[in-house]
Amino acid sequence: MRNVFAVARKDLVVEWRARLLLVRVLPFALLVLVLFAVALDSEALLERAAAGLVWLAAMFAALLVVQRCYDIETADGALDMLLTSVVEPSRVFFGKLLAVVGQLLVLVVVLVGGAVVLYGVRVDAAGLVLLVTTVVTAVIGLASVGTLYGAVVAQLTGRDSLLPLLAMPVLAPLLIGASRATEAAFGSQTIDLATGWAWTALLAVFAVVFTAAGAASFATLTEPDA
Amino acid sequence: MNLPDESNDSVIQLRDVVVAPAGFPALAGATLEVRAGELVALRGANGAGKTTLLRLCAGLAPLARGAASVLGVDLSRDRAAVRRSVGFVGHRNGLYGELTARENVAFVGALVNATRSEVNAVLEEFGLGGRVADTRAVALSAGQRRRTALASLAVRRARLWLLDEPHSALDADSRQQLERVFIQATAAGVTVVYTTHERSSNSQPMPRTITMDAGRVVQDHA
Repeated sequence: MRNVFAVARKDLVVEWRARLLLVRVLPFALLVLVLFAVALDSEALLERAAAGLVWLAAMFAALLVVQRCYDIETADGALDMLLTSVVEPSRVFFGKLLAVVGQLLVLVVVLVGGAVVLYGVRVDAAGLVLLVTTVVTAVIGLASVGTLYGAVVAQLTGRDSLLPLLAMPVLAPLLIGASRATEAAFGSQTIDLATGWAWTALLAVFAVVFTAAGAASFATLTEPDA
Repeated sequence: MNLPDESNDSVIQLRDVVVAPAGFPALAGATLEVRAGELVALRGANGAGKTTLLRLCAGLAPLARGAASVLGVDLSRDRAAVRRSVGFVGHRNGLYGELTARENVAFVGALVNATRSEVNAVLEEFGLGGRVADTRAVALSAGQRRRTALASLAVRRARLWLLDEPHSALDADSRQQLERVFIQATAAGVTVVYTTHERSSNSQPMPRTITMDAGRVVQDHA
């Protein structure tokens, strides 16, 4: 575990110093929320679509976070250093996953706050428990897919455009599940809390599957060819 | 193909190895044996195959043909096992620009359980004490970044050091310092293999000099 935390800490310190989350990712994600509000221009529609819009904005912004997470490894050849270290590749995966989860949690909390302010959504106590559980499970799922596919494209040219192309179709089930569960947490009349919890359970399965897949395949995915 | 007879102190054994990144045979039948504690300089023109040979030995380049064993591990079977036992510094320094010199070295040290005093000692050894240690890598000079990369390698406690032009960007004092580190490392049983473009060397002790051309070893001066 020590090495997992060392990798995660290193990624988070690099991010804290570079301020990418604060200066680029959060403003971008909030801008997406604002633009949705302008484009839809209907309080009733926005309140109903709020959950989906939050997770859509989170998905777009998450790709920036994941890309940055691998850019720091390839910018000065640090990936070679990491590969020729004593650390098991699966631990590098878990370290990076942990760092991405930390950043995405901040991102989604801000986005939910943005939805409350911009779209007028309300959350009661029962909904809050569901919302917190949904955010945590969906963020782990989002981060595990991102960290896994980030590794796939890390050493390829054109990775900036390849990552969304590969990851977004895989993230579609997560987008649906997280949107439905969050909709229930927001007190939607079309979906009750019990159904929301069922969607959250599905998100948990998604997160477990992709975290396991990432840990198992990270060594193969980062195997240097030349 | 079989390897030469296993000697107990043989660290690198290559026989007729071919490595062809992107289809081009950067190594085209190279044969080489390096023993524990040796200091080896690889020389040759650009494209001679020096870097590819280092990457092969580091487990970073796949073996296409021939037989290769590093630290007793057959590279055709388990490149990953070799990677965990070697220290590699390539053309690029492998540093995180937003971390300070101290943090870069400490990160590598943390992976091998190095203590804070060990990290500080290595930083001092490479002339990275004082203010330099707490300067972000992105703000360091080219020579300071190179020394930070070498300090990260030193704290790694690897049995085999593979360095691609470690002298580049270093001033005269830093080169002498690096040679002192090489002497200490080889005396402790570490094997050091590095590439260089320099034709002559005043290094003490003189390294075993291997010249490469067109992906093969063409001269070997012990």
